[in-house]
Amino acid sequence: MLFQENHHFPGKLIIVEGIDGSGKSTQLKLLNSWLESQGYPVFMTEWNSSQVIKKTTKEGKKKKSLTPTTFSLLHATDFADRLYYQILPPIKAGMIVLADRYVFTAFARDAVRGVHPNWVRKVYNFAIKPDASFYFKTPLQTAMERILSGRPKLKFYEAGMDLNMSDSIEESFKLFQGMILKEYDHIVEEFGLSVIDATLDIEEQQKIVREHVLKQLEGFTTQRRNYAKRDKVFWRRFALSEHQRP
Amino acid sequence: MPKETKFFGEGLPYLNTNDLKGKLIAIEGTDGVGRSTQMDLLERWLQVQGYGVLVTGWTRSNLMGAAIEMAKNGNMIDRMTMSLLYATDFADRLENQIIPALRSGFVVLSDRYVYTAFARDSARDPSMKWVKDLFGFAPIPDLVCYLRIDVENLIPRVIESGGMNYWESGMDLHLTNNIFDSFKKYQKNLIDAYDKLAEEYRFEVIDARKSVDQIQQDLREKIQNVLKPEKKELVVTKAIPEEKLEGAKVVSLQERKEAL
Repeated sequence: MLFQENHHFPGKLIIVEGIDGSGKSTQLKLLNSWLESQGYPVFMTEWNSSQVIKKTTKEGKKKKSLTPTTFSLLHATDFADRLYYQILPPIKAGMIVLADRYVFTAFARDAVRGVHPNWVRKVYNFAIKPDASFYFKTPLQTAMERILSGRPKLKFYEAGMDLNMSDSIEESFKLFQGMILKEYDHIVEEFGLSVIDATLDIEEQQKIVREHVLKQLEGFTTQRRNYAKRDKVFWRRFALSEHQRP
Repeated sequence: MPKETKFFGEGLPYLNTNDLKGKLIAIEGTDGVGRSTQMDLLERWLQVQGYGVLVTGWTRSNLMGAAIEMAKNGNMIDRMTMSLLYATDFADRLENQIIPALRSGFVVLSDRYVYTAFARDSARDPSMKWVKDLFGFAPIPDLVCYLRIDVENLIPRVIESGGMNYWESGMDLHLTNNIFDSFKKYQKNLIDAYDKLAEEYRFEVIDARKSVDQIQQDLREKIQNVLKPEKKELVVTKAIPEEKLEGAKVVSLQERKEAL
């Protein structure tokens, strides 16, 4: 069973979840600034950002050839690559890793797309249990207003157009996000995520988050760093010539 | 007759898979055992009999081909990520090629199947629970033919044909410090893993040390049984030499039925 055991590494893993427009990324950035200001060594990682399959995912999305299963597996591949090269090294080194979305995003989205919920959980069986997980609960209407006012151009898969629920991309987006929202409710219960009311003021939400995180950090020793900060490089791949890249 | 499709695990709940008329036949076996030669012969033989044939191979999807090549050329791919790349490739071929072909009544010949992933993974980690779970969406084939060879007979063949490459030698496992001994050890482990799978999943085991013609004949017998179990008199036992195939008249199944 997934997440039965805590990890035994010296670092900490803090993750945020929520639908698009829930404000979780904003909250995570604020948390990052605060932790850094307190002298903690922090590393941020984002869902779907690994270099290994970036072009493949982009191409598949462009051609609209992705099925629920390939969509799910591409994201799992991305996650595995990030887990081994971005998440685990800093945690083993005693750093704090902040993850914008974690496996719960896959559990919610993939289930809505129709793959078997048990299968997705088994696929992500290699993930480590976060030390703190926050779910930013947002009413659909609020999230829609934030998204549709700020970023009018919706993308095909983001709007769940592959599910053929509506010809209108906005309508499909609303239906899709609504379904994900329901799925998240089950997940929050199943895995015991900390729910934050995302309709509160930003500062107020951040205060609650910081209180939670502080509790998690009890006994965690700050390793103050005074060396130069370098972004996102824990390892190096051998350089590949341009034609070898997908 | 279409029948309910069985899966290794949870299957594809969002897809109707109970109308698949075709047959899914997998040919398994380690690197250099002669799978592709046999596949070519089988494809032609089936087409001569009037069957629609789709040939599909491991890592040949449009979606993933390039990413897998890059991963193999680089040196920083974790084993789990690699398994996931293969699974994604397989899923893409499954849903965009294999299932549509089966639905239209094709015979699908698969050069390697999920057992390849099982074997490779179990040669690295004998528990291999995860990779089996991962492929829970894969349909169980109607027939699996396993071309079995021992390492001693395999080595000269590989040296004569393509030579030993990094991955086929399991160099990522650092078993020994040279490619020859590593190849030998790794392939031995793989063959042991295949042997276990052969028992567990009841493969039809075919002795791949025999001649090309003899192997082909064995394969055809097994396949014929799956395609038309009730009409054994149609069994073609001789491998047809290529020059005779050139002018051969293609007789469709319908015509054959009428002739009977």
